[in-house]
Formats: sequence, structure tokens, C-alpha cells
Amino acid sequence: MALDEFFVTGEPLIYAGMVSIALVTSAIIFLLTYFKKWGWLWREWLTTVDHKKIGIMYILSALVMLFRGGADALMMRTQLAFPGLEFLDSQHYNEIFTTHGTVMIIFMAMPFLIGLMNIIVPLQIGARDFAFPFVNAVSFWAFFLGAMLFNISFVIGGSPDAGWTSYTPLAGAAMSPGPGQNFYLMGLQLSGIGTLATGINLMVTILKMRAPGMKLFHMPIFTWSTLVTCFIIVFAFPILTVALALMTIDRIFGAQFFTLTGEGLPMMWANLFWMWGHPEVYIVILPAFGIFSEVIATFAKKRLFGYNAMVWSMIIIALLSFLVWVHHFFTMGAGAFVNSVFSVSTMLIAVPTGVKIFNWLATLYKSRIEFTVPMLWSLAFIPSFILGGVTGVMLGMAAADYQFHNSYFLIAHFHYVLIAGTVFACFAGLVYWYPKMFGHKMNERIGKWAFWLFLIGFHICFFPQYFLGLDGMPRRLFITNIAEWLPLNVISTVGAFGMGAGFAVFVFNIYYSYRYSEREKTGDAWGHGRTLEWSTTTPVPFYNFATVPYVDEIDPYVRMKEEGKTTFDEKKLKPIHMPSYSGQPIIMMSFFALASFALVFEWIPLAIAGLLGGVACMAFRSFDYDDGYYVQVDEIKRTERKARGL
Amino acid sequence: MKFKPLPKWLGLLPLSLIIFLSGCGQMTVLNPKGPVAQSQYDLIMYSLWFMLGIIVVVFGLFLYMVVKYRDRPGRDESDYDPNLHGNTMIEIVWTVIPLIIIVLLSVPTVTTLFDLEEPPVTENQTTEEPLVIHATTADWKWFFSYPEQGIETVNYLHIPTDRPIEFKLTSADAMTALWIPALGGQKYNMAGMMTKLYLQADEEGVYDGRNSNFNGEGFAAQTFKVHAESEDNFNAWVEDIKNESPELTMDQYNELLKPGLTEKMSFSSTHLEYVQHHSNEGMGYTVERFRELYGEKLHLDADEVEHQETFD
Amino acid sequence: MSAEERTTGPLEYRTEAGRMSILGFWIFLGAEVVLFATLFATYAVLFGRTADAPHPAELFEPSMTLIMTFLLLTSSFTCGIAIHEMRRGNAKGLATWLIITLLLGLGFLGAEIYEFVHYVHEGATLPSSAYWSSFFVLAGTHGLHVTLGIGWATLLLIQLARRGLTNVTSRKFFIVSLYWHFLDVVWIFIFTGIYLIGMVI
Ligand code: HEM
Ligand SMILES: [Cu+2]
Repeated sequence: MALDEFFVTGEPLIYAGMVSIALVTSAIIFLLTYFKKWGWLWREWLTTVDHKKIGIMYILSALVMLFRGGADALMMRTQLAFPGLEFLDSQHYNEIFTTHGTVMIIFMAMPFLIGLMNIIVPLQIGARDFAFPFVNAVSFWAFFLGAMLFNISFVIGGSPDAGWTSYTPLAGAAMSPGPGQNFYLMGLQLSGIGTLATGINLMVTILKMRAPGMKLFHMPIFTWSTLVTCFIIVFAFPILTVALALMTIDRIFGAQFFTLTGEGLPMMWANLFWMWGHPEVYIVILPAFGIFSEVIATFAKKRLFGYNAMVWSMIIIALLSFLVWVHHFFTMGAGAFVNSVFSVSTMLIAVPTGVKIFNWLATLYKSRIEFTVPMLWSLAFIPSFILGGVTGVMLGMAAADYQFHNSYFLIAHFHYVLIAGTVFACFAGLVYWYPKMFGHKMNERIGKWAFWLFLIGFHICFFPQYFLGLDGMPRRLFITNIAEWLPLNVISTVGAFGMGAGFAVFVFNIYYSYRYSEREKTGDAWGHGRTLEWSTTTPVPFYNFATVPYVDEIDPYVRMKEEGKTTFDEKKLKPIHMPSYSGQPIIMMSFFALASFALVFEWIPLAIAGLLGGVACMAFRSFDYDDGYYVQVDEIKRTERKARGL
Repeated sequence: MKFKPLPKWLGLLPLSLIIFLSGCGQMTVLNPKGPVAQSQYDLIMYSLWFMLGIIVVVFGLFLYMVVKYRDRPGRDESDYDPNLHGNTMIEIVWTVIPLIIIVLLSVPTVTTLFDLEEPPVTENQTTEEPLVIHATTADWKWFFSYPEQGIETVNYLHIPTDRPIEFKLTSADAMTALWIPALGGQKYNMAGMMTKLYLQADEEGVYDGRNSNFNGEGFAAQTFKVHAESEDNFNAWVEDIKNESPELTMDQYNELLKPGLTEKMSFSSTHLEYVQHHSNEGMGYTVERFRELYGEKLHLDADEVEHQETFD
Repeated sequence: MSAEERTTGPLEYRTEAGRMSILGFWIFLGAEVVLFATLFATYAVLFGRTADAPHPAELFEPSMTLIMTFLLLTSSFTCGIAIHEMRRGNAKGLATWLIITLLLGLGFLGAEIYEFVHYVHEGATLPSSAYWSSFFVLAGTHGLHVTLGIGWATLLLIQLARRGLTNVTSRKFFIVSLYWHFLDVVWIFIFTGIYLIGMVI
């Protein structure tokens, strides 16, 4: 392949992208070298198996991906508000909405939530790490390298352009030749396997590593949401794995699953995709529900209302989420009966969702609400999400969906649920647990600015889109060429930039707080913590809990505080077993990433070499009997005394 | 902590809502021009009342809770109950009411779904017998074949009013969807399949139609105008085409199947004998012939789409 | 991670780490079930879409598939004996029976490769039609699993030679045996769902 085919050429925006990537990379390399930080980076981060550090790496990557996806979004909005500028041509726009959707769902929303789960779930259940810390590191590197693989399509080889849903036959080899679509397939495959492993890992962690006495129905609701989410992951992700593999085999080895030749069946892709895809949207919303529940109970200073109903509604949602996938293509002509069945099953999901909403409202009843930034995000979620939920039900009414489908009405729906649900939850959770992660809070005043900018921007951006949809504007259109659509598009774009500003302020707040925020002295940063994560010191020692408390109720930390108990009971100290750090995960996944990269360009020998390298790493690991080390009582005592100022 | 009143200018938000809503009359989907769109409009409006009801209830409760139970100095301690955590009665109520709403929404949804499978029946129909039109897409154009009349048009459509139209949808390559929002909802065109969509226009006029399912670079330009006219005018138009337009040869049809944009055209014969895109044998017809052309880019920008529109 | 060790019960269940690995592997098998179920579903949907390629009934041979089934079922049985020997603390018995298991597995693989080559010669290739794509991918995924299982168990045999039976090695053998039995179950579905039905219809 000639070099000019390898690199994407001919687009000023892409040249600018290449230059900035080169600049940022060399700046990072220079800084690391100058400050002699390579060893530190390797020892403390690249080889870590500590769930807290891995979580932080997830969240950092997710924020970077949010930036990338957001930049895509602003480019699209600019194009749609000013069609006369000819800012983007059709092809470029198609690439951008494809990468936007993929990045936001796969590389932003999921890793953000998985990052929070990584950090918080072991702390909430009184565990010292994941069940399989090594596998956790493998998962992270699978996700991270998958994300990087997907993102370099921007400068090397060309971006995919068939939408995040990649419907065949459009996305097949005949109609989308070249590496672009392969980047989508391999990037998702790599990170998807990581997600599956995380799902199993967290499930075992939650089932097996809870504090003594803690029954399932004593678990904090965020942990519950994680458990249910992992269940969905374990049963939905293999479908994606298969779907991606089949399309890859189609494209690279000429199979005929989704092709127009050889009696292939392109529509099967849509089915497989949404059999994973609909559960996927619940993978990103259930943890969000969990976060809101925690934050609302904390700042309402009141027990969560209807704990059991909250748990059961999540379980029901999880089960139903596997039974509704057809609502994404009611218009495929499956007939009135099939559509009726899926219509009803879809609308049924609104019932447990509604129950949750009412439970949150009831939690606020007779409470004492403190309007901190995480609480603001959580409160704003309720009315905003309702707008997304009710329009979801409208979409679920199949006969009406014939008019909504593929229009901006649909776009507005899923942004209302995904942003007001998932993104608000990510922000709420990050701000809420920030002191646990970094030892200081985020500045509240700047945080409120970010919140209001983002919230108002969000509604201005997406509310008009419902009406654009009703006026017949289809999604994925690269120009606003019907005059009546222009005003609402301009409003929408204004809102989008408001959200961009909100995000910028949020990121600035990270820097500002790092410089100026007061450092935490206690573990219970907000003063109203209810669950175990607040019972350890801040910063959290690497072994999490010196002594794990006995738990036999919901919100155990409330009673611990009343009784003056801590997680440091000198009499009960025992040596703590901890896993050792290892460079193997990143090396192993680098081989698989190399193989994936080679497959993108269909360089089969290199792909085989990469695969063999990865498998060799796995074999090596099998012979590795390093089963960790013990932290001695003396060291625990010293650490705890210092952290607690004793 | 002190509760800050919301910024004053937020009051403008409801105002903008009113402005939006006053525009509803003009929004295509809410301004149906035929019985199919009408039944979907009715369903949407029916559901909208429930949704507004839900929104009002939830927003009301939300505002009440947030305002009443905010933490403010000197608040009455008696209405703070940190251990309140359940009430079976109320939980049953808020489970059952949504369930009832779902049932109330399901019934008309299901009946409408079954109705839409049949040609619409209205009072002033000239005939209940649907007019059959094959709507075939190829990157990025529309072929409308009228088998009874023996004519075919490219990128524009004429239909008689007050008569059901039975669209037989298929595609020569990527999946697309026929959507004429003023007349009713969409359905997919797929190679290797044939789907059926009934629509009808009650009012004469020119409506916008398009492919609404993304299918690549020329997607934005894959639009067409629907000319709904009286039966007489329609028949006259058919006669015109029959007499004045050339026949569609197989070579020319193959030429048209190549990915790209074309202007409007009309022919006094159809492509239906040449290839059956909806059959297993015919579904690969286009990609087998023009495989290498799909990799080429049009470099389509706004100007060119505008240019394309001027043909309409 | 607690390292408390029980002193009774099967070795592989004595430590918390062992119990967690086994539970984790069960969940993993749950995911594998979904994976194969999806492949079976695609196979069922694409059944009959053979285009110009030969029809499966023309190619499938009862004798060949029966041999394969026999080899794999027997290997599952010997694998069970191997674990039984392990539970009795007999490392040698474990190794012997496991090697027999792997030889049977190799025999199965050889037969499968022979079969695939035969089909390809008859014109039924991966790209020849949707049906054959789904056939090769489903049966091939199973075959790939068997290959990995053989490689994996071989590594464990080396570890057994080096370390003898410990909590850790017995856990690994137990898990590999779960995997092997699972592949056997999948094969039974392939045998009935693909070969028997394919020969009849
Ligand atoms: C009340 C519950 C919900 C209902 C009844 C519902 C219903 C629907 C329906 C029927 C569609 C398909 C519309 C069409 O394509 O014509 C849809 C699309 C979608 N929904 Fe929902 N939804 C609900 C909640 C959610 C949640 C919680 C999320 C995610 C956080 C979500 C994310 C999405 C996405 C991403 C799409 C469209 C994807 C695409 O086509 O690109 N929905 N929803
Ligand atoms: Cu869905």
C-alpha cells in the first residue's frame, strides 16, 4: 500500500488533526523524558492492577473521548446551522457522525461508568480489590487500545462512514471498501472483549467478596446496579462479538453472511446488532440510575425510598431489555403482529423506569436537600430524563414510530436519555466521588457554572430537535437544505456550544481544584456518607480497608458513625494479601492490538504474528505463579495512623 | 446552604416553548394530508395527552419536593424524616397507574398497526382498488414503476388523490426507506425483499418525499417530489408519458443503476422485466456489476445537493 | 483477597481464590453459551441459502460425523476419569487420562480438518454461500475452541510435571475439564442441529 493511501490526505481539518496529534505526542514524550517520569509511569500506572488506579485511567480516557466525540458534535452542529459555509462535505460529515456515535457510546459512556465501578464497587462492598485484578488490567488495556485503534482511523486509512449502527449491506465489503469499516470492527471487538471480561470480573467480585455479613439485599444500590449491568454485559456482549466477527469474516475472508451475493442476509446484521444494542443502552443507563440513587440519598440526608423496589425494577428492566430489540426497526415490515408484540414489550419497560422515578421523588419527600454540584446533576436528571422517557414510549408505539423513525425526533429521544441519564450521572458520580479518588473536592462555584451551562445548553440543543423530527427532518443529513428547518437548527447549534462551554468549564475545574482546593482530612468528604466507601481514609490506602467491618444492614456507615466505629481496629489487624503489579497485561494486549491493526489493513501474516504473540503471552501467564504478597501489620498501622492523624 | 433563586431569564424558556408549539400547525407530520398520516397523527396526539399528563405530574411533584424540602435555616424539624423508606400502598399505586397507561396506549397502537397493513378506506375514494407502484432505490435515486400503466419515472412521483397507493418497495443495493411525511410513515426498501406500504393523498398538492435511511454519500440528495393530482390530471399525465417518453432499455437501466446522482426522467416502459431486485437471484445484480464503483467518492457538498434540487 | 485455606474438600475449592476462579469460569461459560447460541441462530436463519453451492445433504456423511462424535464423547468421558484421578490425589492417573483425552481431541480435529477439506473440494467453501459461511464459522469456532483447549491442557500438563498437584494446579485442571465438557455439549448440538438435520432435509 502506498504511503498516500495509508495516510488520509486532502483535508485541511485532518492535516490540522495530524499536526496536533504529532505535537501533543512529542510534548508528552518530551515532558516524560525531561522530568524523568518514564519509570514512574511504568511502575505506577502502566503495570498497575490496583482497581482505583485502573478506574482513574478509565475515567481519564473517557474524558478524552468525550472531548473527541464532543468536537465531532460541534463540527456537525456548525455544518447544520451554517450550510452555506460548506464547512463539511457529505463524506466528511458521514465519517464524523459515525465516529461521534461510536466514540460516545463505546469509548466514552461505557468506560466512564466502568471506571466509576472500578473505583467504587470494591470500596462499597468492603473488598480489597477485584476478584481478578490481573484480568481487570487486561480489560482496561483491551478497551484503551481498542479506543486508540478506532481513533487513529482519523489519520491513517480513513474513518468508518456507515453510522455507529453500521447496517449492512452498506457497511459490507462491496459498498464500503477500504480499511475504514475495519477500524470500526476491530476497535469494537478489542474493547468489547475487555468489557465482557470486566463484566465477569465484577460479577464474581460482587458475589464473592462482600464484607462479612453483607447480604445481597444489604448492598449499596450502585453496587446492585453494577451487578445487574454485569449480567446484561455477560449475556449481550457475546452477541456483539459474534456480529462483529461475522462482518469481519465477510469483509476480509469473503464470507456471505450480510452480503447481497451468495444469498446473504443483510437484515440479519440489524437483528444481531440490536440484540446487543438495546441491552447496551441499558448497560449505560442502569449504573447511572445507581449513581443517582446514591447521590440523592446522600444529599437528601435520608434513606433511599423503596430499596427493594429499586432493585427489582432494575432486574426487570434488565430482563425486558433483551425482549425489545425489534423496536429499532419496526419499519422493516415484519408485520402487524410482530410489531404489536414488540411495541407492548417496549412500552412495558417504562413501568419499572417510572417506579424508579417515583422512588427518587419519594426519597426527596421529607428530606433536607443540600444543593451540592453532584446533587444538582442528579436533580436535573429527573425532569430531563422524563422528557426522554415519554418520547421513548411514543417511539415504542410502532404505528407512530413509522413517522418518528430515522428522524430528528429519534435523535432527540436518545440524547435526552443518554445525556440527561448517562452523562449527567457520569458528572454527578465523578464530582461526588472525586474527593475519594484525588483527596480534594472539585470547586463548587465553578462546578455550578459548568452545570448550568451544560444543562441549559443541553435543553436548547435537543428540545428543538423533537420538532425538527416532526417536521420531517431525517437524521444523518449533512445539510439543512429546507428553509423551514434552519431556525431550529441554529438554536440547536447555540445549545450545543453551550454544552461545549459547560464541558470546558468542567475540565478547567479539574485543574483549578487540583491547584486550589482544600485537601481532605477525613474519609467522609461530604459529611453525609452512608456507605462503606466513605468509611476508609482519604486518600484510600492501596489495601482499601485495614479491617473490614461487619455489615448487616443497608447504609452501614450511618451506624458506624453513630457508634464511632472505623475501619481501623488495631486488635483485629492481620497481614493483608495483595496482588502484585504486572507488565503482562499491557504487553499481551499490545500484541492483540497489533493483530487487530494488521487485520484492519488485511495484512494477514502480521495479524497472525500478533495473534501468536498474544497467545504466547497468555501461555506465559499460565506459568506465572506469582500470587501476590502480604502487607505486614506494622506497615498497615503506620499507614493508618498517619492517614487518621493518630 | 442558601437556596439561590433561579436566574430570571429562565422564565423565557416556557416562552420559547410556546413559540415552538405555535409552529406545530406547519409541522409536516402534524399536518396530515392523507388517511394514513391522519391515523398516525391521531395516535400521536392521543399519546401526547398522556405524555403531557405524566410530565405535569412528575414536574409538579419534583418542584414541590425540591422547593419544600430544601435545606434552609430555620426549617421545621418535624417534616424531616430520615428513616422514611417505604410505603406499600403508594408503591402499588405508582406501579399500577403506569401499567394502565400502557394498556391504554397499546390498544390503539395495535389496532392502528393492523389497519395500516390494509389499503386505507375513506369516504370519497374514487376506487378502493389500490394503484400499484413499484418504488425501487439505487444509490442515490428513486425509480417509480407503474406496471398497469407501463411507465416509469426517476426521482419524481405522480399519484392520483383519493385512491390508495400500494407501494412495492425494494432496493437495488443499500437499504433505504420511503418516507413521505405528509402522507404517512416510512418503510424500508431492501434488496432481496419486497415490502408493502399503503399511502393515500386526500388533498392535491406537491409533497416532499425522500429516502430517510442513511445509505452513503448521496443520501441527502435522494429526495423526490410527490405530485398528488386529480384522477383526470393523473391519467392525462400518464398519457403524456406514454406518448412522449422513450422506452427504458436494459442498457440504460444498467447505466442508471451505477452509484451516482441523476436528474428526473420518465420512460414509457418499466425495468421490471429486466431484473427482480427483490428475489434471491436479483439482489446482487447491482453490486456484482458495479462493485468497483462504490469505492469512488462523489465529493458531494451543499452546492451540488442544491443543484440536484433544482431539477425537482 | 483472603488467603485462608480450608483443609478439607477438593483441593481446587480450598482457597477463596480457587472458588472465585471457578465461579468466574462458570460465568464465562454462560457467555460462551450466548456466543454459540448466536452462531446457531445465524445458522438456522441462513439454512437453505446455499445459492449455487452444493446442498448439505449431498455432502454430509453419517460415518464421518459419527466417528467425530464418538471421539469427542469418549474424550469427555476420559476427561472425567482424569479429574476423578485428580480428586484421588493421583497425579499420574490424571496425566495419563488427560493425555488420552487430548489424543482423542486431536483425532477429532484431524477428522474435522479432513471433512472441511473434502467439502471445499466439492465446492462448498466459506465464500460460496451464506449457508456455507455459517456452517464453517459455527463448526470452525467449535474446532478452534477444541484447538485452544488442547494447547491449554498441554501447558497444564507441563505445570503438573513441574509442581505436582497443588491448590492451584488442581484448580486449573478442574477448569480445563469444565471447558472440555462444555465443548462436548456444544458438539452434541452441532451434531444434531447441523449434521442430523442437514442430512435429513
Ligand atoms: C422509557 C424507556 C425507553 C423506551 C420506551 C425507548 C424506546 C425506544 C425506541 C422505540 C427506539 C427506536 C426508535 C426508532 O428507531 O424509530 C429507541 C431508540 C433509541 N433509544 Fe430508547 N427507549 C427508552 C429508553 C432509552 C434509554 C434509557 C436509552 C439509553 C440510555 C435509550 C437509548 C436509545 C438509543 C441510543 C436509540 C437509538 C439508536 C439509533 O438508532 O442510533 N433509550 N428507543
Ligand atoms: Cu432500544
